[in-house]
Amino acid sequence: MLKDATAIVGIAETQFAKHLEPSEYELACQAIVGACRDAGIDPSEVDGLASYTMETTTEVDVARAAGLGDISFFAQVGYGGGAGPGCVGQLAMAVATGQCRVGVAWRSRKRGSGGRPWAGAHQAGVSECWTRPFGLLRPVDEVGMLMRRYMHEYGATRDHLANVAISGRKYANRNPRAMMYERTLTREDYMQARWISEPLCLFDNCLETDGALACVVVSAARARDCRQPPVMIHAFGQGLPQQHQTMVNYFNDDPLEGPAWSCARQLFRESDVRPEEIDVAQLYDAFTPLVPLSLEGYGFCKRGEGAAFTEDGALELGGRLPVNTSGGGLSEAYVHGFNLINEGVRQMRGSSVNQVEGAESCLVTGGEGVPTSALLLRRAI
Amino acid sequence: MSQGYLTPPIDENNAGFWEATRRGVLSVEQCTGCEVRRFPPRPMCPHCHETGRCWVPVSGEGTIWSFVVPHPPLLPEFTELAPYSVIIVSLAEDPRLRMVGNLVDEPGDRINAFDPARIEIGARVRVVFEPISDSIHLPRWVLL
Repeated sequence: MLKDATAIVGIAETQFAKHLEPSEYELACQAIVGACRDAGIDPSEVDGLASYTMETTTEVDVARAAGLGDISFFAQVGYGGGAGPGCVGQLAMAVATGQCRVGVAWRSRKRGSGGRPWAGAHQAGVSECWTRPFGLLRPVDEVGMLMRRYMHEYGATRDHLANVAISGRKYANRNPRAMMYERTLTREDYMQARWISEPLCLFDNCLETDGALACVVVSAARARDCRQPPVMIHAFGQGLPQQHQTMVNYFNDDPLEGPAWSCARQLFRESDVRPEEIDVAQLYDAFTPLVPLSLEGYGFCKRGEGAAFTEDGALELGGRLPVNTSGGGLSEAYVHGFNLINEGVRQMRGSSVNQVEGAESCLVTGGEGVPTSALLLRRAI
Repeated sequence: MSQGYLTPPIDENNAGFWEATRRGVLSVEQCTGCEVRRFPPRPMCPHCHETGRCWVPVSGEGTIWSFVVPHPPLLPEFTELAPYSVIIVSLAEDPRLRMVGNLVDEPGDRINAFDPARIEIGARVRVVFEPISDSIHLPRWVLL
């Protein structure tokens, strides 16, 4: 069993900025060594690695530069923003089964400095040739298409999406690490922003960030001896539902029931904590619509109620379910969702700048709309 | 002819589709075993695991399932067209069979000529074709 068998004991991140000088390689090493220091574990003890398939820095390179030990477990998880919790969960399985003892997951990305993945003429993918020739080019177009349908079916409005953007920004305005720390966002700002792909405007889109993050996973027994209060990995799930098509999930019976739903089934099959008992959530937010869709998929509300869930400050501190308390991908940094993992850890340590008082459980999710993953973290008892 | 749109590469999975569009026919893939229709194409039937497949004509009618209106930044091919609309059509034969496309008033119209304010989810549409190269005739859609 995976339940509470392992814990996250170290986290670290580099500075977040539109442009950082160091290479992705160097940033990765900084984050990994930083996370080990936070845990009080020497990097030479690291024997497990997990990363995104989109990661450009290899295990070989980070192990050589950061002085890691003999690596007995190394794995990668695919599908971009769907991968983050999956990396941590796979490390947890490897630690729990004895395949490694000190696991590190990381993501290093200079997305701010350039290289928009959609900015090429590629159409060779099995779905790309059926979407890109018609001008459906970018993730924002693909998500906008789903959201327009959702709005039509459930009466959701731009005000609901604004709730997501504004609550994230309020958290960021209290988080000195956040790229948007000093930039406020009003509803008027949101409504007057330029379109990117109607019905989505500028503020429905995540930031473009240079930065790297890492975390350290060890057994529950080892965690008791580490420098920081352990954060238990209570449950883990991945989800790739039947007949799913990544990002352009239009070609099945029910496009609005995405990977979050199947991921949640696995997660809550193993969890002692029910959705209504979760104190705080970090929901992958490359685009604002992913938050209401995830609220539904992970069972915080019923199908079609995710947009209405955001009303009355529900996502803000003191609300029904504080969400993305660091500012998330929309307002802290967009590093393929890894900052959501580290913020989940801080909430369970009690050290967030937007601490939810008495929080004992935190859901952290990967991207909805792609094969995804999620972690349920708990404060150590 | 071409207005600089992306020209999809023809491969073993889609050659039959483009061959049919050159004859002015919209088609979907069908399993030669259980005869279940599917789109986009794939090399095995998820229902009966038959690898035999063929392209079968559909009526070319459907309804608008959703739409977006992209604005820059976009690929160079689409920047000068922006804002333009992209729609998803649910096919009349089976609303779970959907295709991405563009609305026009007349075949050959630029895809930004149709006012997005006129687009309604659920509106009935019919396919037309626009040659963008000798081998690729893109499906477009007109309101019924």
